[in-house]
Amino acid sequence: MTEVWAIVNAEWTKLRTVRSTYWTLALTVAVSAGLAYLVGHSLSGSYDGWDQDRRDDFDPLFASFLPLMVGQLVLVVFGVLAMSAEYSGGTIHASLTAVPRRGRFYAGKVLAVLGPALAVSVAAVLAAFFAGQAGLGGLGTSPGAAGVPRAMAGSVLVMTLMCLFALGLTAVARSATRVLAVLLPLLLLNSQGLGQVPALKPVMQYLPDQAGMVIMHVAGPQDDPRWARDYGPWTGLGVVALWAAAALLAGLVALRRRDA
Amino acid sequence: MSTFVGLPAPFRGLPAPRSVPSVGRVIEVQDLRKEYGGTVAVDGLSFTVRPGRVTGFLGPNGAGKSTTMRMVLGLDRPTAGRALIDGGPYRLLRDPLRRVGAMLDATRVHKGRSAYAHLLWLAQTNRIPRTRVRQVLELVGLEPVARRRAGRFSLGMAQRLGIAAALLGDPPVLLFDEPVNGLDPEGIVWIRTLMKDLAAEGRTVFVSSHLMSEMALTVEHLIVIGRGRLLADTTVRAFIDTHARSYVRVRTPEPERLRQVLTGAGVRVEDGADGTLEAHGTETAQVGELAAAHGLAVHEVSLRTASLEEAFMRLTGQAVEYRAGGERA
Repeated sequence: MTEVWAIVNAEWTKLRTVRSTYWTLALTVAVSAGLAYLVGHSLSGSYDGWDQDRRDDFDPLFASFLPLMVGQLVLVVFGVLAMSAEYSGGTIHASLTAVPRRGRFYAGKVLAVLGPALAVSVAAVLAAFFAGQAGLGGLGTSPGAAGVPRAMAGSVLVMTLMCLFALGLTAVARSATRVLAVLLPLLLLNSQGLGQVPALKPVMQYLPDQAGMVIMHVAGPQDDPRWARDYGPWTGLGVVALWAAAALLAGLVALRRRDA
Repeated sequence: MSTFVGLPAPFRGLPAPRSVPSVGRVIEVQDLRKEYGGTVAVDGLSFTVRPGRVTGFLGPNGAGKSTTMRMVLGLDRPTAGRALIDGGPYRLLRDPLRRVGAMLDATRVHKGRSAYAHLLWLAQTNRIPRTRVRQVLELVGLEPVARRRAGRFSLGMAQRLGIAAALLGDPPVLLFDEPVNGLDPEGIVWIRTLMKDLAAEGRTVFVSSHLMSEMALTVEHLIVIGRGRLLADTTVRAFIDTHARSYVRVRTPEPERLRQVLTGAGVRVEDGADGTLEAHGTETAQVGELAAAHGLAVHEVSLRTASLEEAFMRLTGQAVEYRAGGERA
C-alpha cells in the first residue's frame, strides 16, 4: 500500500511542477463560469419574446450546465497532457525504470489525475451553477431545488470520467495531438451536429459526450420525443463510466504490451 | 581516497552499497535478441557484467547498445533470450532505483519541469528521502540551476541531470548510455573519474560508447558489439594486444625496389600513407639491414602501433563486411 501511495505521490509531484496543470484547471472553472453567466444572461434577456411552448420547456439548469460541455474540453486537455507529457518529453523511460511494474505506474497516474480532476469538476459545476443562475436573474433556481443536486453530482462525475477517458485514450495513442485531433471534434461537433441527425441518433446517443448530457440537463427536455434518449440520467452516467473504464483498460493493455 | 574535479567524494556518509551475489554476475545477458519489424537490432547477444570495475559497452552507432540497455532495464521486451539483474528480471525489482541507476538519453526530461522537481518525483517513487535530491544536485554541480526549467539546460547540463538521477538511489549497479556526449573537456574528465570511483567502491559500472579512445581511458573490461552481435568480451589490455597490430613504417625514394627486397625476405608489405610502405611481421632492425644490404637509401624506419580506434574500426568493419557478404550469399 505504501508503495502505491509513493507512486501516487510522485505522480502528483509531476502534475504540480508543470505549468499546464495550473492553466488547464483554472481555465476549466473560468470558462464554465464565464460562459454560464453569458448564456444565463442572454436567455433571460430574450425570455420575454418566447412563446408558451418554449417557456414550458425552459430549464434553468440548461443555462448553467451547457457551458460545462466547453469547460469539460479543457479538463479533457488536462487529462491528455498528464499522460502525453510522458511521451513528448520522454519522461516515460525514467518513469518506467523507477516503477517497472507498469500497472502500478499507470494506477498511480490515474489516481493522481483523479484527485484534481474531481476537485476542479466540483469547482466548475458550482461556479457554473451560480454564475448561470446569476445571469438568469429572476428565472434562476436555487441549489436545493428539485433535481438540482442530482444534476450537480452527475455533472461532476461526467466531467471527471471524461478526463479519465481522455487519459486512457492518450495512453493508447501516446500523443496529445493524435488524441485531441479525434476528441476535440468529437466533443465539439458531435453534440452540435451528428447527435441531432435522426438516423444516427440511435447510435450516437451512446457516445461518451452524449451519454452524460441527460443527467447534466443539456440534452433538451426529456419529456419531448424530439430530445428524449433511450436511457435515463443514471444509465447515461453509467454509459460514460463504461467508456472511461474501457479507455483506461485499453491504455493499461497498451502500456503493458508495448516497448517504452 | 578518490578526488573529484571540484566536487566532493560521491557517497561519503552514506551506507555502503548492498552486497552483491558472490558469483558477481550482476548484469547477465543471455542469447538476447530484439527485432523491430523485420530489422534485427540485437542478435543472440550473451555477456556478463561484474562488479568492482568499469565495463565498457562498445560498438558503432546503431550496433544495438541502447536497445540492449533498454532490455536490461525492462523498457523493451526481448524477442528472445533474457536480460537479468542479480539473476532476475529488472521488472521484478522492488524500489529499483536503490538497486540500479541508469542514464539513458539524458535529454528525455520534461522541458517545463525544474531539475529539482524532476529528481524529486523520481525520489518519491522509490521512497528516497528528499535530502538525497539536494545531495545529488550538489554532487553533479547543478545546485545553482536546480530551479531552472530543464528545457533551458545545455546538453552538458542535461547529462549531469541524467547522472544525478542515476545516482539518486545510491545504487550498487550503474548503467550509462553514452555519458560523455555533449560534455565539455572538464565534464568528460569528471565523468571518467566518477565512473572509476564508483567502480572502486565495488559497484558495477556499465557504460556504452561508440568512441574507442574514450573507452580506453575509462574502462578495464570491454564488451564490443557490431550489428547486434558480440565481437569481443575481453580486458582492454587483451583487446589491444590482440587487435592493435604493430608494423614497421619505411620511407624511401625507391619504394618499388624496397618492396621487392622485403617481399623476397618473406615480409608482407602494404602501402602506407604518403608513399610510405608498411612492413608487417618484422622489426626495424631487419628492415634497415635488408635495405643496407641492397644499397637502398631509407629516410625513415619506425615502429608503429595501430591506434585502438583503428583496431576497433577494423573489428567492427569486419563484422559489417561479414554480414554484408552473408546476406548476399
